[in-house]
Amino acid sequence: KVVSYYGLRSPPYESNALEPFMSKRTLEVHWGAHHRGYLDALNKQLENDDILYGCTLDQLIRVTYNNGNPLPEFNNAAQLWNHDFFWESMQPGGGGTPTDFLLEKMEKDFGSFSDFKQGFKEAAMTSFGAVWVWLVLKREKKCLEIVTTSNAINPLVWNDFPLMGLDMWEHAYYLDYKNDKGRYVSAFMDHLVSWNAAAARLARAQAFVNLGEPKIPVA
Amino acid sequence: KAGRGVITASVELKPPPYALDALEPLMSRQTFEFHWGKHHRAYVDNLNKQIAGTELDSKTLEEIILVTYNKGDFLPPFNNAAQAWNHQFFWESLKPGGGGQPSGELLESINKDFGSFEAFVKEFKTAAATQFGSGWAWLVLNPRPSEDGKKLSVLKSPNAINPLVLDYYPLLTLDVWEHAYYLDFQNRRPDYISTFLEKLVSWEAVSARLDAAKVKAA
Repeated sequence: KVVSYYGLRSPPYESNALEPFMSKRTLEVHWGAHHRGYLDALNKQLENDDILYGCTLDQLIRVTYNNGNPLPEFNNAAQLWNHDFFWESMQPGGGGTPTDFLLEKMEKDFGSFSDFKQGFKEAAMTSFGAVWVWLVLKREKKCLEIVTTSNAINPLVWNDFPLMGLDMWEHAYYLDYKNDKGRYVSAFMDHLVSWNAAAARLARAQAFVNLGEPKIPVA
Repeated sequence: KAGRGVITASVELKPPPYALDALEPLMSRQTFEFHWGKHHRAYVDNLNKQIAGTELDSKTLEEIILVTYNKGDFLPPFNNAAQAWNHQFFWESLKPGGGGQPSGELLESINKDFGSFEAFVKEFKTAAATQFGSGWAWLVLNPRPSEDGKKLSVLKSPNAINPLVLDYYPLLTLDVWEHAYYLDFQNRRPDYISTFLEKLVSWEAVSARLDAAKVKAA
């Protein structure tokens, strides 16, 4: 009997598309073994559970986070989501600078894009252990923030909107960069991060968070 | 080390008690070059920078760890200090031609507190495999009387935390930060753990530590 509750999405590009900044080998192991591993482990856990069956992945994460006292399924569910989000936060020919509203919002909340970039790199470099670093739109404060989370935790558990995420678990960069976190983070910021994806996520977030005065047309 | 009449004691990076390629092919030379040569070295160098000119400067590494643990509200040098200690302890927990079974008092103690060596292996493997994210798996001696009369336990700890801050005597450790096994095993942590237990662990080191701990605990 084979039962599958969630599926493994492929990254939206070929496994060699991010070369030389993220190797094909890394994609194969990171997606094919780690990401797939979280999926298989989660499905196995859900086989034995009637209550959690049927949630969307987002709901499952919030429910299993259990207000900070996580259930066993949380790590797998969150890591499954985190990795989907991560692949989609990158694109071949990524990097560069955001534009339009995302850039405006960044300048408003960080001062400038390069201040943001600096802050993001610093967060990644000073992190300890297995972490994720995120660009987040805070729901209540309505501002952009750089947030670092440990292990599997992600901004969904605080009801915030992640716009872009960087996996700083060692498995994400060890094959390509070994201990050189700095080069990995720079490669991500300069060549991989998809500002298109981040902008689209910001646009969707605005369905839930009002970021400005409505523009009332003048008759 | 002395300079301008000021004596400071800095923490040293000692090499493992074997050549960097001595554990090939189970733990590669390349792994040692990075794990010892870069990661461990960085913890030591960064710690020395942090403690230079402070009162921590004159303390032993163990003292620095205990002080900066600060009951869980870590002071900045804690991560580097604990990781410097943990890695030294880890290298000394390995040896070429290691593995097999312990003997003598150590084996007796393991049999007494775990039921059997196999039961200990199972518990240790589980702890090491289920430490989510970065961390360490340990065999420790509990010097205080416990409800079940047991002296030895298996523990797992996240990030830099080690049993010293929990008032246990560490006897054995396995580094399960991904950097410890990624070059040789990639995601296959269970294989790394098995290899460690079957072929690398230095039971001599563990026995010596047990003897020392029993003396201190008495």
